[in-house]
Amino acid sequence: MSLQDNFKEVVPALKPKEAVDEANRCLFCYDAPCVQACPTGINIPSFIKKITTDNLLGSALTILDSNPLGASCARVCPTSELCEGACVLNGPAASKAIQIGLLQRHATDWAMENTKPNTALFKTADPNGKKIAIVGAGPAGLSAARDLARLGYLVTVYEAKPRAGGLNAYGIVSFRLPEDVVAWEVEQIEALGVQFCFETKIGEDVSAQDLLDNHDSVILAAGMGYVPALNIEGEDLQGVLDAVQFVEDTKTKPLTNHLLGKKVAVIGAGNTAIDAATCSTRLGADNVKILYRRTVAEMTAYEFEYEFAKNDGVEFRWLVAPTRILGENGRVTGLQLIRMELGEPDERGRRRPREVAGSEFTLELDFVIKAIGQTRQTHLIDAFQLQHEHGIPLVESGTYRTSQPNVFAIGDFIFKTGKTDAMVVTAVQQGKDAAVAVHTQLTSQKVQS
Amino acid sequence: MADLRIKFAGIESPNPFWLASAPPTNSGYQVQRAFEAGWGGVVWKTLGEPVLNVSSRYAAIHRGGQRVLGFNNIELISDRPLEDNLREIAETKKRFPHNTLIVSLMVQPKREAWHEIVKAVEAVGVDGLELNFGCPHGMAERGMGSASGQQPDMVRQQTEWVKEVAQTPVIVKLTPNITDIRFTARAARQGGADAVSMINTINSLMGVDLDSWLPYPHVDGKGAHGGYCGPAVKPIALNMVAECARDSRIALPISGMGGISNWQDAVEFLLMGAGSLQVCTAAMHHGFRIVEDMKDGLNHYLDQKGLPSVMDLVGKSVATYSDWGDLNLNYKVVARINNDTCINCNKCYISCEDTSHQCIDRVREPDTGRELLVVREDDCVGCNLCSIVCPVDGTIQMVEIPTEKQPQSWNQLQSGVK
Ligand SMILES: Cc1cc2nc3c(=O)[nH]c(=O)nc-3n(C[C@H](O)[C@H](O)[C@H](O)COP(=O)(O)OP(=O)(O)OC[C@H]3O[C@@H](n4cnc5c(N)ncnc54)[C@H](O)[C@@H]3O)c2cc1C
Ligand SMILES: Cc1cc2nc3c(=O)[nH]c(=O)nc-3n(C[C@H](O)[C@H](O)[C@H](O)COP(=O)(O)O)c2cc1C
Ligand code: SF4
Ligand code: SF4
Ligand code: SF4
Repeated sequence: MSLQDNFKEVVPALKPKEAVDEANRCLFCYDAPCVQACPTGINIPSFIKKITTDNLLGSALTILDSNPLGASCARVCPTSELCEGACVLNGPAASKAIQIGLLQRHATDWAMENTKPNTALFKTADPNGKKIAIVGAGPAGLSAARDLARLGYLVTVYEAKPRAGGLNAYGIVSFRLPEDVVAWEVEQIEALGVQFCFETKIGEDVSAQDLLDNHDSVILAAGMGYVPALNIEGEDLQGVLDAVQFVEDTKTKPLTNHLLGKKVAVIGAGNTAIDAATCSTRLGADNVKILYRRTVAEMTAYEFEYEFAKNDGVEFRWLVAPTRILGENGRVTGLQLIRMELGEPDERGRRRPREVAGSEFTLELDFVIKAIGQTRQTHLIDAFQLQHEHGIPLVESGTYRTSQPNVFAIGDFIFKTGKTDAMVVTAVQQGKDAAVAVHTQLTSQKVQS
Repeated sequence: MADLRIKFAGIESPNPFWLASAPPTNSGYQVQRAFEAGWGGVVWKTLGEPVLNVSSRYAAIHRGGQRVLGFNNIELISDRPLEDNLREIAETKKRFPHNTLIVSLMVQPKREAWHEIVKAVEAVGVDGLELNFGCPHGMAERGMGSASGQQPDMVRQQTEWVKEVAQTPVIVKLTPNITDIRFTARAARQGGADAVSMINTINSLMGVDLDSWLPYPHVDGKGAHGGYCGPAVKPIALNMVAECARDSRIALPISGMGGISNWQDAVEFLLMGAGSLQVCTAAMHHGFRIVEDMKDGLNHYLDQKGLPSVMDLVGKSVATYSDWGDLNLNYKVVARINNDTCINCNKCYISCEDTSHQCIDRVREPDTGRELLVVREDDCVGCNLCSIVCPVDGTIQMVEIPTEKQPQSWNQLQSGVK
């Protein structure tokens, strides 16, 4: 197997008959809990019913109407926590949840394979002459752009990177979300007339004021940054990597053998840590360990991610924290760790870890990958002079309007650390909500959401 | 182990499962394989004038992942030479003397034609004859099959002709393509039939190809109406069996068929008066081996019910099949939902709300926050709809509500008026 093969989509699509069999299992519930559990409120029974009647275009449109990134979400949503977790068939009296994610993928894959290039599946209203700027072409920005374009707005998306998609394009590992899926979703949005200005960083290449002056509303969907510093000795040694950047490299640069046979440690136990760890195994690392200062119970990675990593051969070490990165000749050679124990619960209800005095030990390593969260886009907050709390802009609930009139903020940019990690599907829903809010504000009329 | 043997109009059979006259019984090879697989008997594919067939000739409907819910054909009777068939019938009977071998016949409505074929067939040693007045296509256009079967006089007349020479029991197979099957069944009785069998296939147009806009099945750009059978026709067949079984002017053994696919269907037909059972589509769908479960399931069912013989089932439900005018108007049932097994799919709610009597409420349980579905029993008309749509068996029970009133039927009400 070549490295490229290791980065091909791992979950197989449903076979055609499998999809129809599975769709036929769906009860077509009324007021279905699966719909309530989907952050974008996709009419799941409806799209599944359409699969049973071979109405795959209708099925895909039902999905994409509610979720412009329905093809990506079909692959990256933690479905067992969302739609599938709520399916009535989970119960002891029933059978097992409908595989909603895979059916969603079946329908949207059909649309991807059967629509003409550069042709939009949705129509736009007549142009209303109003201009909207969106900062960031990630899931949140794309979703807002799509819905505003459908309402007749002239939408321009400003994106620092050369391609659209945000973390879908740069952050989520290829073997879970292939590039062409992201590209197709972006193409659908472009086909609605949305303009993209790539390699344009707001706050540097274009000022906040410029943007405000030239648009009726601005939506900030800039996500988060890279991984913050560990603030320990040795952090600038060669071989110390940023998990988000590391994953991005696997998606944007030719895959290389530089991890072949190497020992890797990933620090942190969220979904990003899992992705960095599984990328490492797939690049040929000999031994990959995830090091976490709490226990499996406090880990934010989803159960299926955890299982996936274990299947990939990733080892987990709980209750350890790094204290020093060791090196020779400017390269990483090892990591010094200290054992931890759990103390009082913190504000999230997770027991706070504390060091066990004198328990230091070292591991021999070639690479240390940091995956302890992402930094905040504080420069944008400053540039737009937004009120915020610890780098998280304050927004009005439901409309996502910031302290500035005509400036809205959505997605990871306003993500508050919660019980779960940030999700694509919630960013998409916030994009939809913000589009409605912008429209309401600019037309002072209510729209059906 | 219960006794599965039957005696039907004097014909003995090791079990009640016979293959109906159709493609599965078209040759000695097939029938011998069927007997090896455990079928009690067969009705040999209809013999008659040599005929021609078309291609293609079958179509089916599939629904909800289940294939062949209904099946249709525009095939005719046997297109093999009579001599070949007779030779193979003789060979087969010799190899399997204990299995029932009945031969289906269809000829022009002429006395000599019937005499000739009956004598020729009985000469090779068969257990009985079945007269095919049923096929709705092809032969009917030549005055045979259902063209005869739709006219009670012709059925009576031709049965008489057969009985003039027949030495073995004569079963008259009826067409369902009539307004009231009892009239043809009575005519068969008048003609001296020893038994009747039903149903043959129902006139149908199976479907239209969405791309070519041609009917299914189609032959070089055209289609024709064909005979419908398979699971979808079972309720129609069962009704016809039951109607004949409770008619004192018929009073003949009935060989039941139409959609029988498993032992449960078989039990229903037996209870409603069928003394033997015939199967075509299910065998065409799955092959002869399905008879194994049919016999096995029937056997266990009889044991569970403590019945020594399958014959003990025959007709046991006939008396419960009546007329609407005899039903008790004062009997009341209501739906009751078991919230322990309810999975909250709300299907009962929406079907009652949209299409029945709006008597299911969705109530939040204060302690758990869970939504419960509750029937307002005063408003429930006991229509069964909710229990039909509920996906979890047994979750919605229709329970009897005692009323003070004496039982009274429409007919009783009417006679009181007079
Ligand atoms: C490694 C990893 C794996 C993940 N896996 C999953 C998963 O499996 N399932 C799931 O649901 N979620 C997953 N997530 C989370 C998910 O990717 C995010 O919640 C989602 O992408 C947020 O969308 P967004 O549009 O708010 O931000 P982003 O996707 O981060 O997009 C923001 C965009 O804004 C651009 N930008 C930033 N600043 C500027 C500026 N000043 N000017 C112009 N452009 C700017 C960025 O370049 C970027 O393209 C994962 C995240 C990571 C890091
Ligand atoms: C392809 C086909 C051919 C048939 N040919 C005959 C026939 O030659 N003679 C006959 O009496 N019935 C014929 N039938 C009708 C069957 O014997 C039987 O009455 C009918 O199919 C209903 O039973 P089922 O639902 O088990 O198939 C035919 C049915 C099919 C499907
Ligand atoms: S978008 Fe995600 S949560 Fe919603 S139905 Fe699809 S897979 Fe489930
Ligand atoms: S809850 Fe499950 S069964 Fe009901 S509509 Fe949703 S997917 Fe189908
Ligand atoms: S149909 Fe059955 S399972 Fe569904 S809500 Fe009603 S009672 Fe419950």
